[in-house]
Amino acid sequence: MKTYILRRILIVIPLLLVISMLSFFIMQLSPGNYLDQMRMNPDISRELIESMEEDFGLNEGIMTQYFAWLGQTLQGNLGESFSYRVPVTQIIGSRLFNTLILSLSAMVFAWVIAIPIAIYSATHRYNILDNLFSVLAFIGLSIPNFFFALLLLFLIVRYNIPLPVSGMTSVMHDFMTPREQILDILRHLIVPTIVLGSAGTATIMRQMRGQMLDVINSDYIRTARAKGLKESTVINKHAFRNAINPMITMFGLQLSSLFSGAALTEIVTGWPGLGNLMLTAVRSKDLYLAMAGLMMGSLMLVIGNLIADLLLAVNDPRIHYN
Amino acid sequence: MKQIKSITKQTKENILKSNNLLWKRKWKIFKKNKFALSAALLIILLYILAIFAPFFAPYSPNRNFRNKFFHPPTRIQIRDEAGFRSPYIYKTEVKGWADYEINREKKYPLRFFTRGDEYQLFGLINTDLHLFQVEGDIPIFLLGSDNYGRDLFTRILYGARVSLFIGFGAIIITTFFGLIIGGISGYYGGWIDNLVMRIVEVIMSIPSFYLLLALAAVLPVEISSGFRFFLIISILAFQGWAGMARVIRGMVLSVKEKEYVAAAKAMGARDKRIIAKHILPATTTYVIIRATIAIPGYIIMESGLSFIGLGIQEPSASWGNMLTAAQNITKISDFPWLLLPGFFIFLTVLSYNILGDGLRDALDPKHK
Repeated sequence: MKTYILRRILIVIPLLLVISMLSFFIMQLSPGNYLDQMRMNPDISRELIESMEEDFGLNEGIMTQYFAWLGQTLQGNLGESFSYRVPVTQIIGSRLFNTLILSLSAMVFAWVIAIPIAIYSATHRYNILDNLFSVLAFIGLSIPNFFFALLLLFLIVRYNIPLPVSGMTSVMHDFMTPREQILDILRHLIVPTIVLGSAGTATIMRQMRGQMLDVINSDYIRTARAKGLKESTVINKHAFRNAINPMITMFGLQLSSLFSGAALTEIVTGWPGLGNLMLTAVRSKDLYLAMAGLMMGSLMLVIGNLIADLLLAVNDPRIHYN
Repeated sequence: MKQIKSITKQTKENILKSNNLLWKRKWKIFKKNKFALSAALLIILLYILAIFAPFFAPYSPNRNFRNKFFHPPTRIQIRDEAGFRSPYIYKTEVKGWADYEINREKKYPLRFFTRGDEYQLFGLINTDLHLFQVEGDIPIFLLGSDNYGRDLFTRILYGARVSLFIGFGAIIITTFFGLIIGGISGYYGGWIDNLVMRIVEVIMSIPSFYLLLALAAVLPVEISSGFRFFLIISILAFQGWAGMARVIRGMVLSVKEKEYVAAAKAMGARDKRIIAKHILPATTTYVIIRATIAIPGYIIMESGLSFIGLGIQEPSASWGNMLTAAQNITKISDFPWLLLPGFFIFLTVLSYNILGDGLRDALDPKHK
């Protein structure tokens, strides 16, 4: 097991290297760079542009630029953002943190809602509520995140629901006590969480319902019932515990997909996360910022996959790794 | 020798016959699923609307009615004092900024199969026939108008062409490359397999939307909308083939150990023939299901890209870029019909998901 984990972690290094190369060349494919926009601006002197060109190494060949970037990155310096004029490391940390908050809260939301509903649905198969939940699950799976966000915004504005619809903090945030600040962020978190969590809720609901149904029809549940156990004990102790096991794989899969799914939701709801940052960076051709965003996103995805595999290995003793 | 040939011919016919029977049975199972069947019909209807968009739409997509921006949907009246009659509408007068008043003085009947803006069907037939228009060139906005006074219904139909066919195009390219690369990788194994799987891993390790963002940002602004359409399909496919190739490879790995492949090999069939005739057909079921499930994903990605302004660009219509107009909170609350393109995305994706579910139930015997 230990060697397996070690090997998986070691594979991450060449993987990230290749990803960085690929991303760097994709970014270079685009015609022009950030300085071109500055050149159009008559207020900016030629000297400044030239000095920036030198600072960022933009007048060198692509290969030199890449290795310069790689060398800097390995030393923990992700370069400087063209548009913000500050080191990328300063920006990316808080953005990454915000994305993590949103992803985690969406995940908690999805599981907390989906599991009880799935258990109810499986034990009350084909009754009105079960059918209703099935329809809702289909809708949740099919509605594009950004459209769902727009719909929620529409409802909030139309019915004057006192919920913030954009951003992460209100204007008065800086003047609040720490406790109020946390509450403020939590209030802003509600809409993006519902939007991002909806698809996950639907998937978990359907999967868990299927698992529960499989388990409920198995022999050991019949045995448990035959022993004269209470129905609630049969469901909660015997069926549930067996059905939740395979769901751990889902948990891992979701972990990785949440990071990339968060991007659009962040953009629509104005959540200052990594996805939102990527969009700005890509639009203004802010090379190092976009590179950092891509690398961070990939790192998260790889870590998510790793955790998923490890969870699976820990959970299922039949799987052997060597 | 002659005898053998005639026998093989006979068995071949038998196989074809039983194959037909197999698909017939699957079709029978599928037909029973009324839910999936109606989803399939709805999808077909949407595609017909998209293909014949210029005919069903009353106007050309870029025709703007000045002073009629943010016009609410026109109510079609079918009754008057005398009871039911042929449909007609009332004219609206401009009262203020995006404020309209219905003028009930005169009735303007709808005319069917009328001549209007010229268009080309399939790039071949020049015509100006439209399904309906209103007498006296009074604008009719079935689903309202946008900020330039363009008919939303018309633009939704034209946008359907982009949104529906991008998914279709992308899945065809994805499937093509996924099958070939996955097939070769699984069949030959060794270093080819290793190399391909590493590339797949790299692509799958970049968050898909981030990769799409980076790729879409690379597209130059000044290319034609047709070329852009094609490039966006390529981007979606570039991102999508990896997952397909990985699963196909896995299936090929198990299929190539089967006896009939060994038999084909023993008879001296070449690799190309074995892969194409014996191994890949075993993956048909999976490919069909996968394609149906993947198309809505592509539709969502395209509309997402267009929504944030990196996909299909104005003045071309796509369901995603039409929703951009609804991004503003005050606009959503005042002109809620701007959200309608989103319902079309939702409807399409929902239908594809239901269809995919139904196909899986019908085609995959293991799935319950």
